[in-house]
Amino acid sequence: MSTFIPADGYAATRDDSVQSYRRLTRRRIGGLVIVGVLIVAALLFDCRTGPSSLPVSELLRAVFHRGPVATDIDVIVWQIRLPYAVMALLVGAALGLSGAEVQTILNNPLASPYTLGVSAAAAFGASLAIVLNITIPGVAQAWVISANAFAFALLSAFLLDTVARWRGMSTAGVVLMGISLVFSFHALVALMQFIASADALQGLIFWTLGSLARADWPKIGVLAVALAVALPMSLSNASRLTALRLGEDRAASFGIDVRRLRLGTLLRVAVLTALAVSFVGTIGFVGLIAPHVARALFGEDHRFYLPGSALTGALMMSLASIASKLIIPGVLIPVGIVTALVGIPLFLGIVISSHGEL
Amino acid sequence: MNGLSIHDLSVRYGKRSVLDSLGAGPLPRGEITALLGPNGSGKSTLLRALAGLTRAQAGTLALDGEALALSASGARSHSVVYLPQALPAGVRLQVLESVLVAHRATRQPSYGAHRSTQEDVMHAHGVLQRLGIESLANRSLDELSGGQRQLVGIAQALVRDPQVLLLDEPLSALDLNHQFHVMRTLRSETVHRNMVTVVVLHDINTALRSCDKAMLLHGGRIVGFGAPAEVVTQARLEQVFGVVARIEPCSQGHMQVLIDDLADRSRIASQV
Repeated sequence: MSTFIPADGYAATRDDSVQSYRRLTRRRIGGLVIVGVLIVAALLFDCRTGPSSLPVSELLRAVFHRGPVATDIDVIVWQIRLPYAVMALLVGAALGLSGAEVQTILNNPLASPYTLGVSAAAAFGASLAIVLNITIPGVAQAWVISANAFAFALLSAFLLDTVARWRGMSTAGVVLMGISLVFSFHALVALMQFIASADALQGLIFWTLGSLARADWPKIGVLAVALAVALPMSLSNASRLTALRLGEDRAASFGIDVRRLRLGTLLRVAVLTALAVSFVGTIGFVGLIAPHVARALFGEDHRFYLPGSALTGALMMSLASIASKLIIPGVLIPVGIVTALVGIPLFLGIVISSHGEL
Repeated sequence: MNGLSIHDLSVRYGKRSVLDSLGAGPLPRGEITALLGPNGSGKSTLLRALAGLTRAQAGTLALDGEALALSASGARSHSVVYLPQALPAGVRLQVLESVLVAHRATRQPSYGAHRSTQEDVMHAHGVLQRLGIESLANRSLDELSGGQRQLVGIAQALVRDPQVLLLDEPLSALDLNHQFHVMRTLRSETVHRNMVTVVVLHDINTALRSCDKAMLLHGGRIVGFGAPAEVVTQARLEQVFGVVARIEPCSQGHMQVLIDDLADRSRIASQV
């Protein structure tokens, strides 16, 4: 008896396969919808939560039925709660999507925008602005730190890509180089901290902790537009990225230009991550953990996995934002601390449960 | 002439020549050609060059007399499909999904390009059915044995209806049962689809038993091409592999290689 047939001897018919594939597709779409609903619930709860707890009815009135004269509640909702909550969702979605794509193109489950050095580079860019007042000429004062962080994050991604292509590095080599960038930029940030004045040091440390308190509507608009452009581009490559998971040579043999796919994806990841980090500071682990959760929930068909990872990242950030207000009542803990505290055990869980595949 | 022809193919890694003005063919349609040779003889490089994955510095390829591009691209990706040794581990895809992905991998971006239609699903199921693994359709790739994964890999290639199928050591990690099953499947599909199948093999007896043609490489050159029993001779085994061996018919009539000892290298060197 052939060992290829399972013990139950069940052989699927074509109709079975068609039905089963449809069920699988429906289940995954249903999963995306459920995570979407959870995000809406988390968003509402995030907006409600704060030093002065708002009833949902008041919250909805402030959002949908604003009167001609702004009330205190309108100000709280539109100036503080809603920007924080929406920024949390957008940053989470950007990091979740970036993490999923970077793990696929580097074929490494430990790769993320954070481990590739993009966040550390952003922190160094910010430190130059905060400590030495070195900024990009012509940038408005409100944007100088973000602009510096964005420029350095993008620069580090280009550096990584250029060296990787110049030396013909393997994907493992790219990850190792990313890690070396992390250490290099951390050392440079430490140097900035060493020479900083007391005020500048406080500002720099607060920036590197990662906080939603820097959220405002113009920044939200920029990040939303970037996501609105990047997500469809990612989805248009979904089948190619899924094929890449079957092996680089196999994908190349299917006619996929793997180098071009990698470059395009890395550029997208660099821009999204650079924007997210430049607006809220260093947020660790979301870009690493969200893809793993999405992979478990939606599989690796990237048509579902990519939006799934973006939504999972958004949900994680929203929950972290809520937790950052609840852990110490009345105190807004920088959200980067919360994601790190929750992310480290999850990260270790992934390493331990990998059964030697990492 | 129907089949894949190779003309003056040269591949260099830096200054080191790996394939040197190699020419052969045609490798016929409907037949399996085994690429044989010791480690470092250029088998895998030749296979990758045929697949367009390794850049050839010189030479041409022709399929049924028509020129074939030397580099892998969308245009020839449906004609020539290359299968590496094994599917990577840890991929969360179901078997049918993975075959559908291979089917739509290079569709031009357009509305619905990333959707698998009912016809696509039925086509993919048909390929699984021909390979006898339709019952695995809803299993995760991670749950499969090495032999099952190898067959799924072949299904991913066949769903693209290739003219040329290139396999790099497809039996290397398989036990005897799975080796036999995979080779039998390859044979029936090669005949059924009338495609050119080229397989890198280390087991010469498998080549003698299951392949129609053999190409023996040594130092980046072809030292024998033709029917396996004609290519695999005692003298070549000694010269190329450095072993003293007998070639005898088994009870089923197939020729088989029985190795007796390592050859005297100094004597071989003087012959060469």
